[in-house]
Amino acid sequence: MTALLVPLLVAAVCLLAALRRVDVFSALTQGAKSGLGVVAGMLPPLTVLLAGVYMLRASGALDALSRLCAPVLERLGIPPETAAILFIRPFSGSGALAVGSELIASLGADSFAGRCAAVMLGSTETTFYVISVYFPAAGIKKTRHAIPAALAADFTAFMVSAWAVRLFY
Amino acid sequence: MLMSYILAGIFIVSALGAAAGGADISGALSEGASAAVELCIGIGGSVCFWCGFMELMSRCGLSRALARLLEPLLRRIFPASFADSECAEALAENFSANLLGLGNAATPAGIRAARRMGQLGGGGAASDELCRLVVMNTASVQLLPVTVAAVRAACGAENAFDILPCVWISSATALCVGLAAARALERVTR
Repeated sequence: MTALLVPLLVAAVCLLAALRRVDVFSALTQGAKSGLGVVAGMLPPLTVLLAGVYMLRASGALDALSRLCAPVLERLGIPPETAAILFIRPFSGSGALAVGSELIASLGADSFAGRCAAVMLGSTETTFYVISVYFPAAGIKKTRHAIPAALAADFTAFMVSAWAVRLFY
Repeated sequence: MLMSYILAGIFIVSALGAAAGGADISGALSEGASAAVELCIGIGGSVCFWCGFMELMSRCGLSRALARLLEPLLRRIFPASFADSECAEALAENFSANLLGLGNAATPAGIRAARRMGQLGGGGAASDELCRLVVMNTASVQLLPVTVAAVRAACGAENAFDILPCVWISSATALCVGLAAARALERVTR
């Protein structure tokens, strides 16, 4: 079912663009050019963070964290290997990408935990970053219940990610 | 500053772990740094392509069409803000751009909506609807999580996008739970 999703989407948008007389080639190439900036912007933080994450892995600290959290996480249905993602995701987007990509690379993209890590990354945002952008922009000092509610959403996403992956694969 | 603490924490814990376990982790440092470059090269092509695709979607006016489609739903979540046309427009643009993964359009629109809500609400405390807006943006409902799909592809996934249904289920559930939690806590924090 998912095999046709991307080809159909790309074809449909191109068809729509042609019908609306949008220049498909120039839109794609100009957007792709802006993508260079996106990738270039990702490289410096990823370099520093992945150096750190690889050291964490080699030192045994990541495995220790997984073992420590395993009793709780297993009861919730979350693979313990993803423990580090849960902690870093709300604080740092590039940190989560570093931890997640190391996990996906070492366990395999199509493994259960690797898939869970990908779904977790795809279905959550860097909560504290969003909060630090929106509230100051609105001139708000008292954030009331925004942080607990947002963290409840993150936690739900982590659990449901694992459940959904188990259900589909 | 937060990033500095996180990074310092990572290196300190690594050193302590290495000292405790007697592992030699010096090699891991350069290995990880090279892995970052490899990863960026591995995902660079697909990230560029999808950025191009996002640009195409926005030039087709898909964001605006989606905003119109979602208006009835958003009106129910943000009744007070929809009384203000400027705020309503920014809200719809924020949500539809987020859905399509157009980060460059979503954040400015979201900030516009937040600023307007701050003015409408008055005082230094966040209004109920501003909290809802923030929860909606932290829950990340995104139709095509392209970066993570690119990472999967670079790591040899058979079909990098086969996680899509899981991502949709997970982020939609998270959004509902986040909004429900916000509603339940509204009275407590008033």
